[in-house]
Amino acid sequence: MSVSQTAFHSALLDASQDVPGGLSDGLGQPAGSRFAVYRNNVAVSLTEALEQSFPAIAKLLGPDNFKGLAGIFLRKHPPDTPIMMHYGAAFPDFLAGFEGLSHIGYLPDVAQLEQALRTSYHAADADPIAADALQAVDPDRLGELRFDLAPALRLVRSPWPIHQIWAYNLEPGAPKPTGGAQNVLILRPEFDPQMTPVSDGCAAFITALQRRTTLAEANDLAVAEGGDFDLSHGLGLLLSGQAITRITFGDAP
Amino acid sequence: MLDNSPRFTALPAAPGVGYKPQHFSDVMNDATPVEWLEIHAENYMGDGGRPIAQLRHLSEKFAISVHGVGLSIGGEGALDADHLVRLKTLCDWLRPASFSEHLAWSTHDSHYLNDLLPLPYTKATLSRVADHIDQVQEVVGRQMLLENPSSYLAFDESTYAETEFLDEVAKRTGCGLLLDVNNVFVSATNLQIDPYAYIDAFPVARVGEIHLGGHDEETDDHGAPLLIDSHGREVADPVWTLLDHTLERAGPRPILIEWDTDVPEWAALAEEAERAATALQKVPA
Repeated sequence: MSVSQTAFHSALLDASQDVPGGLSDGLGQPAGSRFAVYRNNVAVSLTEALEQSFPAIAKLLGPDNFKGLAGIFLRKHPPDTPIMMHYGAAFPDFLAGFEGLSHIGYLPDVAQLEQALRTSYHAADADPIAADALQAVDPDRLGELRFDLAPALRLVRSPWPIHQIWAYNLEPGAPKPTGGAQNVLILRPEFDPQMTPVSDGCAAFITALQRRTTLAEANDLAVAEGGDFDLSHGLGLLLSGQAITRITFGDAP
Repeated sequence: MLDNSPRFTALPAAPGVGYKPQHFSDVMNDATPVEWLEIHAENYMGDGGRPIAQLRHLSEKFAISVHGVGLSIGGEGALDADHLVRLKTLCDWLRPASFSEHLAWSTHDSHYLNDLLPLPYTKATLSRVADHIDQVQEVVGRQMLLENPSSYLAFDESTYAETEFLDEVAKRTGCGLLLDVNNVFVSATNLQIDPYAYIDAFPVARVGEIHLGGHDEETDDHGAPLLIDSHGREVADPVWTLLDHTLERAGPRPILIEWDTDVPEWAALAEEAERAATALQKVPA
């Protein structure tokens, strides 16, 4: 009898199903546990791919819990592309919706941070503007500027201390999290994404720039969200992180 | 006009290794005796960053083999057109010395399973695989090498021996073959056939590259040996002996050491490559 890939695929992802007939050990005996090699390869390789991408979540949950959870996730959300660096984009939302984990409220946001780090790592390269480019702009017109930001820039906002939790789990000697909301700005000046916790005002500033508001509008929005926002600090962060790739006046495309 | 000429027109009949990012400095500093590198295509399909920057540097110094693991050439459905374009894009800018993929399937209904799954060797499979390879060679614009799989089970419906099947695919499509000698040993042990007879039946004139890797030993339900193609340790001694036999038949070929899990220090890989160099020295050119 012939074995369709539909039948093979279905039995691969569901160990409660019988091994498809028509598969043997080479001597005509049923394949039996030999089929489990493929089942195991699929589950282990996808679990390892998730673990590589979400090391803090793996650490927080411990190996057994992570493996169990990954097993559920990979059956519900198998990869839709052979590019494994993209696998697991749905993992943070999956964690958020997983009932048994609702007591660890910060888990989805930490996963979101890890997803942001990974996508930043693989984002397109872009040349930053010169360090003195803003000084060359007529000070009276500075507020009219709009910025293009580097493709590797990410901003994750959370009511949890996600950067502290991430560091505590992955960096030897990092202090215990002390609580409080954290916004994390990720910039990639060269090849390694760098995380910086930023104020609510600074996060609002960057969000506004991402929407291509003018610098003056972004500053107003930032001050409205956090009274202590310091424009030169916000700009300094972006410049030193090589995160501004173009400046234009007005609505230039 | 895009300069599409390869920088290295072919892989040398010398040792190569599967490139791992943690070995970047070692490789750039002194890769002896390794003369070429193989990359998994899918790991270099991001938009930018370190992986692609490293690959640019490596490709200036070494002949590169692009080895795809995700095309699902044996899939019952159509090939993923987006993925084919990604492969073409990679080959266009990198200009590799070789491009290869597997006789296997890995995608079903757009679900990618991240494993190389087995095929029955039938007329229907043959014509599907040949059509897919025609399409790959057409889109990517170059000849590809097709690799023999490691098998843990057999299909009762198969009507071709694997060697016949590969020979026929190569004849129909003009593709070359990648002979994984460890896969031969693993499959032959698991399916209780003679690995030497397999090599003797293999169309070696079409072999553009040889693979070697480590395997693990387990047993099946009946206590029979079941070897797992794990790529996580040194190449086993009987595989080196089988390599000698292969080289006697085929003559010198590019030989790749694959070590993908529990990746060791560079020195351990270089040692395996040295052993491949020794095997090549025994063969008259």
